[in-house]
Amino acid sequence: MSILEQAKQAAQGAAQSVIQKAVELAPESWLPGGKPDPLIHQKHGLIGKPVSRIDGPLKVQGKATFAAEFPMDGLLYASVAFSTVPKGRIASLDTSAAEAAPGVVLVMTYRNAPRMKPMPVFMSNAKAAGGDNLPVMQDDRIHWNGQPVALVLAETQEQADHAKSLIRVTYEAEPATTRFVEAKAQNTQPGLFMGQPMKQEIGDAEAALAAAPVKVDVTYTTPRHNHNAIEPHAATIVWQGDELLVHDASQAVTHTAWSLSEVFGIEESQVHVTSPYVGGGFGSKSLWQHQVLGAAAAKLTGRPVRIALSREGVYRMTGGRTLTEQRMAIGAAQDGRFEAIIHTGTVAMTHHNAMPEPFILPTRSAYAARTFKLDVEVTYLDMIANTFMRAPGESVGTFALESAVDEVAVALGMDPVALRMVNEPSEDPTEKKPFSSRNIVEAYRTGAERFGWTKRNPVPGSVRDGEWQVGMGVATSTYPYHRMPGGAARLTLTRDGRMKVEIAAHEMGMGTSTAQTQVTADRFGLQLDQVDFAYGDSFLPGQVLAGGSQQTASIGASVVAAQHAMVAELLKLAGNDSPLAGLRADEVGGMEGGLAKLDEPGRHETYASILSRAQRDEVAVVGSAPPPLETMHWSMHSWGAMFCEVRVNSVTGEVRVSRFLGSFDCGRILNAKTASSQFRGGIIMGLGMALMEETQFDERNGRIMNPSLAEYHVPVHLDVPEIDVMWTDIADPHAPMGARGIGEIGITGVGAAVANAIYNATGKRIRDLPITLDKLM
Amino acid sequence: MNRFSYHRAGDIAEAAQMGAEPDTRFLAGGTNLVDLMKANVERPTRLVDISRLSQNTIEDLPEGGLRLGAFATNADTAYDERVEQRYPLLSSAILAGASPQLRNAATNGGNLNQRTRCYYFYDTETPCNKREPGSGCSAIGGVNRIHAILGTSEACIATHPSDMCVALAALEAEVRVQGPAGERVIAFADYHRLPGDEPWKDNTLQPGEIVTAIDLPADSFTENYTYLKLRDRLSYAFALVSVAVGLKMEGGKIAKARLALGGVAHKPWRVPAAEALLEGQEPSADLFAQAADAMLQGAVGQGTNDFKIELARRAIRRALRQAAAGTPQSQTNKQVA
Repeated sequence: MSILEQAKQAAQGAAQSVIQKAVELAPESWLPGGKPDPLIHQKHGLIGKPVSRIDGPLKVQGKATFAAEFPMDGLLYASVAFSTVPKGRIASLDTSAAEAAPGVVLVMTYRNAPRMKPMPVFMSNAKAAGGDNLPVMQDDRIHWNGQPVALVLAETQEQADHAKSLIRVTYEAEPATTRFVEAKAQNTQPGLFMGQPMKQEIGDAEAALAAAPVKVDVTYTTPRHNHNAIEPHAATIVWQGDELLVHDASQAVTHTAWSLSEVFGIEESQVHVTSPYVGGGFGSKSLWQHQVLGAAAAKLTGRPVRIALSREGVYRMTGGRTLTEQRMAIGAAQDGRFEAIIHTGTVAMTHHNAMPEPFILPTRSAYAARTFKLDVEVTYLDMIANTFMRAPGESVGTFALESAVDEVAVALGMDPVALRMVNEPSEDPTEKKPFSSRNIVEAYRTGAERFGWTKRNPVPGSVRDGEWQVGMGVATSTYPYHRMPGGAARLTLTRDGRMKVEIAAHEMGMGTSTAQTQVTADRFGLQLDQVDFAYGDSFLPGQVLAGGSQQTASIGASVVAAQHAMVAELLKLAGNDSPLAGLRADEVGGMEGGLAKLDEPGRHETYASILSRAQRDEVAVVGSAPPPLETMHWSMHSWGAMFCEVRVNSVTGEVRVSRFLGSFDCGRILNAKTASSQFRGGIIMGLGMALMEETQFDERNGRIMNPSLAEYHVPVHLDVPEIDVMWTDIADPHAPMGARGIGEIGITGVGAAVANAIYNATGKRIRDLPITLDKLM
Repeated sequence: MNRFSYHRAGDIAEAAQMGAEPDTRFLAGGTNLVDLMKANVERPTRLVDISRLSQNTIEDLPEGGLRLGAFATNADTAYDERVEQRYPLLSSAILAGASPQLRNAATNGGNLNQRTRCYYFYDTETPCNKREPGSGCSAIGGVNRIHAILGTSEACIATHPSDMCVALAALEAEVRVQGPAGERVIAFADYHRLPGDEPWKDNTLQPGEIVTAIDLPADSFTENYTYLKLRDRLSYAFALVSVAVGLKMEGGKIAKARLALGGVAHKPWRVPAAEALLEGQEPSADLFAQAADAMLQGAVGQGTNDFKIELARRAIRRALRQAAAGTPQSQTNKQVA
């Protein structure tokens, strides 16, 4: 445990602190000239405390109801049959044995599925949540190896699974493109991300590279990765008349509800999606064909349906991270200053989605350079649509960028931390905007000190312990601050002095509900147990994607907006008999279970008293977050320094990560305990990416061959060392609570930190992930 | 999963009789069979439960050996004091495999009979000669990083996944089986087979035959041994290459040597000529290199698993060094050689 954590845990040991001074209302926007969120200066409240997850006891008792656990009368269980060719037509389809099998109620294929529109594919609309935009079981066309071709509903899961195995399908295969090298040779196109080309040039980078006295110009490659959340995708679905109820495992309830309404041609208000608990999302828990198929089958049978994907089903039906091939070139002057940064390359995508893994994103803001050339090209394969996976772009992009910076340091004979400091930009180098808050130098300084970076021997291959070669590496981690439009929250204050926050946000295990309960309690001057945080329901206000690490900011801004409405309402209700009489909203703040005058805390009245005197049982308001204009004025990013020590066996090529430290600059940390878990979890996922994760894709037919946790390797405990995490805790004055999201940054930079440490240990530069032992023999 | 009937056998003789019927499988720990049934790779119509039969003990043999009951669990075997003290190579190999949960359920007989982890064998939608005779081998020319480099055929390049069996091969155990025709004893080297043109046959058991025990000879390796397993992660992963080594040292020379490789062939791989080459010699890097080359005589890669040949060469040399030095590989502290 870090010293900081110990200190914070000790602080928690004290009685829950009572705020002695009223907390002023936060601004409604974070524009230039505006004041920062007053909570930033609130040092004695709940924010930052290592509060244990409030949903923890429910989970360990098995009382948290996940998507595949909602009981329903007459429930039917679904099982899905997948195509075995990547492209072509279904030639024959024999479902007779399946239909005759015990317990079977329905076999659905393109012949009898109801007419539905394709899913609105992610980013085609603000509320689009679909992983692809293909017809869902509407015709005989096959678009990828693993596409659903039939769905069986039966009285038990076992009966459905068995009947599915009796379905016989033959195909007229058509020539398919399943080899990356061939696809790339045929055609590449500039990638479009959110409608913008993933392409940017500043100056003549090629010429600057050619003229630079020191240069590195190499290719890095990363393989396909699949999602392996502990909870496989699942939904329990029922039609109540014309209304569709979906208990989903979702990180986008509102988006999913709207998208399903489009698919079925009904009103958005007719679709209700709930998702109270999610066993990990990481970008995968959006709308895929299984929810659509489950709803279609429920419609045909008039009975509720549970569709819980098998682990294989997750691999066949939901996308993962695509492969990348990245050219990374850096030209530097003798003093280390970067003359040119070139980061270009190709990723595989499909014609039915729009997610060109944006690996250039970290390169846009990390370093100053005289010239830039950035370009993500796309080539199309016949495969399942790729999708978002923890820090899309940054996770694999930092592997290339931060490995190349290390290579430049070697070429210059400079310390890699010093080289990074030399190229520290004064403003965002490609967006030309000021940074809202950037303390990466501090993160490096404190991280290097704690890790003992100065003990590193800069000569590769020079430290040995028997047959093990020991080395240290470092890399920058980074992830942007996002706050998407559409945030809104309802606040309900009851006469017993309790506050309920309702927002269509998500708890995927990262601690959102706990941290936001802390924040709300501090804003209103309440105790932790006086705040209820309700989320995971599309009928609640707001459109709050749990993606892009933006939920914290989105919820924070929404609650602030609602608080303004609530305080205005309370001051009206308080009337002339209150100590608050005559005060304006900007003169009061939350304190000790009520409102108080900011500069005269003695003028105080509790919420209970205000409601009681007004003879109101409750007061409810809805507030909408302002548009995220802060990101138009500032370049807003989180930063970190990743330090890694490895041992590489000189005989077998085995790698052991022996120490790891992440030093982060993510603004204010709201909960030291859940934040530590987020950072550590990200780093562990990064270690998997660095050393073992790889989807085994048979390029002959586009079939994934290791769709199981036994054969697709993610780290086990023995592969993971003690991980130390620390943070600057320097608030971002332009973000709600001063906090930037922390869900994704932990995975970034890890691949390069490991690869750089391996280089320091062995003198071998591995530019192809994962770094398995064969590459080091 | 197919519908199947379930019978609990009262004794070995009854089990053997039931097992001789077509489409019947014996169920013991179920750690592999049940998975394969869920994946529709195994589709028995009848299961004969032998897990509660009395052959679940570990007993001393009069000649000084040890009899491991076929239905004793892997965990009970690995942690049996006699196994730990007299056959530490076996204990180490078992603990290198699977996970504690699996070892608690899996039995010794089942460990011998577990099936390959070839991706294509597990995917019923792809051709596989082992699963569906005559359908072809998809692993050749496909995804084959984990596949065999020795003793392959044009019909199959699968490996046997066991760790325990690699140690049993080096220990020259005997497999006791009972079938409708009575009891017989199979030398461990003859128990598993190479794929040839009948890759669906993993071993030499006849219909209805059940493994009842594994006999360990009195002669063992208690000082100079090691089980070295190399893999892509440190637990719950099958071997890319593993090596079991047992040496008897006398007067600074190797009096007896036994080696077996795992993860490289359809069966635990032994080369008697390599062992003979070591015997009577003083340990040296050159000698170990020669032995490694002899072990790998005829090794052929499939493209993405070519590295296994060099990895095996290095692993054999390292394992011989560990064994000769009396510093066996720890299965808990994997940082240290």
